[in-house]
Amino acid sequence: MAVTEQDVRHIAGLARLGVADERLPSLVGELNHILEHMAVLEKVDTKSVDATVGVGSLAMPLREDAGPQLPLARSRDAFAPAVRDGFLLVPRLATHTALGASSVDDEDSGTEDLE
Amino acid sequence: MSDARLLDMPAAALRDAIAANEAPASEPVRASFRRAAAVRAGEDGLNIVLHADEAASLRDADALPKRLSPGVGTTAERASDLALVGVPLAVKDNIATLTLPTSCASHILEGYVSPYEATAISRLRAAGAVVVCKTNMDEFAMGSSTENSAFGPTLNPLDPTRVPGGSSGGSAAAVAAGLTRIALGSETGGSVRQPAAFCGIVGVKPTYGRVSRYGLVAFASSLDQIGVFGRSVDDAALAMEVIAGRDPLDATSADLPVPRYRDAARADGGAADAPRDAAALATPLHTATREKPLNGLVVGRPKEYFPPSLDPRIAALCDRALDRFRALGAEVRDVSLPHTDLAIPVYYIVAPAEASSNLARFDGVRYGLRVEGEGLRAMYEATRSRGFGKEVTRRILLGTYVLSAGYYDAYYKKAQQVRALIADDFSSVFAAGVHVLFTPTTPTTAFPLGAKSDPYEMYLSDIFTATANLAGVPAMSQPIGAVDGLPVGGQLLAPHFREFDMFRAAYALERALGAEATA
Repeated sequence: MAVTEQDVRHIAGLARLGVADERLPSLVGELNHILEHMAVLEKVDTKSVDATVGVGSLAMPLREDAGPQLPLARSRDAFAPAVRDGFLLVPRLATHTALGASSVDDEDSGTEDLE
Repeated sequence: MSDARLLDMPAAALRDAIAANEAPASEPVRASFRRAAAVRAGEDGLNIVLHADEAASLRDADALPKRLSPGVGTTAERASDLALVGVPLAVKDNIATLTLPTSCASHILEGYVSPYEATAISRLRAAGAVVVCKTNMDEFAMGSSTENSAFGPTLNPLDPTRVPGGSSGGSAAAVAAGLTRIALGSETGGSVRQPAAFCGIVGVKPTYGRVSRYGLVAFASSLDQIGVFGRSVDDAALAMEVIAGRDPLDATSADLPVPRYRDAARADGGAADAPRDAAALATPLHTATREKPLNGLVVGRPKEYFPPSLDPRIAALCDRALDRFRALGAEVRDVSLPHTDLAIPVYYIVAPAEASSNLARFDGVRYGLRVEGEGLRAMYEATRSRGFGKEVTRRILLGTYVLSAGYYDAYYKKAQQVRALIADDFSSVFAAGVHVLFTPTTPTTAFPLGAKSDPYEMYLSDIFTATANLAGVPAMSQPIGAVDGLPVGGQLLAPHFREFDMFRAAYALERALGAEATA
């Protein structure tokens, strides 16, 4: 399952990472070198093993979806770049979708103008 | 009191000296800053300290109670009431503090100051500890040498041509250089124990769920734990007593009583007079005596951690430590953890996969750096490619790959299954009556800066430590000797939430080795 330059471009896109073309060959080499060492796992018999996401039932308790406001040491105005009428001001995202948006970027083009 | 005296005495003794009004609480803080200047701990020297504010630290020290209530002196009282009053504290830069930035040694969070404080910090400050610096680290805790910091590598105070280990290398170096007796680090695959071994100090990774992670910047959430460094076992045990225990702000923190870890130092084996629920987390040693404090304790020696390729000098120091365990009354038993050699492949699938998800939040909108681009997506990509360093980028790509369609089953799901086998190895050995395991912490001593340019070769530095994170068990490293003048760490591992047994073995070994631990 060797990684190609096209694969790296694809996963970099998924991860929203800009990767320069000249960096691609070395990244392909590094990832393939690392993944070679993962091949040893293929040989392990895991037919009767359930996949685990954690380390025991104690560690993943669910809590009530309620509770106190998380304490902030400073008011929001003190750490947000700009606040108006109690709302955080963020860049006008709509202006970012004008260029280069494609059909896979639905979540981007659907962003509302928050300002 | 001289700086040397203030900074080199055990944390518990310093606390007592301040409680007895032998020195004002601000004096150790001043001494710590003077020591930092003397050893050149800043960016022009060892590069241990990323952020510090002497005036703010002194204000914190001056705000501490001037007089402590009489009668505060027993272990239990210390644990709950100003156990660390006036004790300087160094903090890894991925743990949120209010007065100093939290950058994770990354350009993407450069200048970020958290609006809230980590629970571990709140508890230590409530106990009277004073934060004196935020320490350098591998960016987002990804690395084993502290060379991956966006702000340059930290140098090992014992030999500045070598790395201090990582990723909590700055905190380990702060303790080794004498800036503080206690420091906080974080562990995902060995990032406290490995630098502790390289710097000749004690490093503890608690059980997954033992210490609140509220305020710890997430790297790999099924593995991450805050850990402590101490110059001695007692320093580390003291800090652990303060930070351990349930926190409503972290749903993964366990609702279990916290034993008095410092009682593990007692010759009678300790824990006997602890509250019953806390004592249940310690193995009763009914036959322990002053001469044989470990009578009844079974120490496992897993053969997979002593491969033929292990440096024979490191193996010999481990054998010496095991001989001491026998002399202290423990039974040493050969055991096997057969899936040990799969830990690194599993770890370097699981950890990057979780990191690729956790680090998605650094997008130029909510935190720190923003690099404008043509459109929203271009802004994300420009910000993230400029903000993240090489290793973080590599791991995000690796993690995204192993989670992507077509590769998920072959890599991520398979790794999760093998992780279960690794955890089962530990369960089986502990179920068979072994109380603690003893191994080398690392396969080598501290290596020279720049010596490991191949990423996978660097990953192998974690070969003896990543298993504990994958299985969630507690583990610690302590000095057991030196090779060519460089410290060697011995590792103890215990069943979930049995830190007490681990500390008992560690205290006894530290006492038995004496000066040999550093020679």
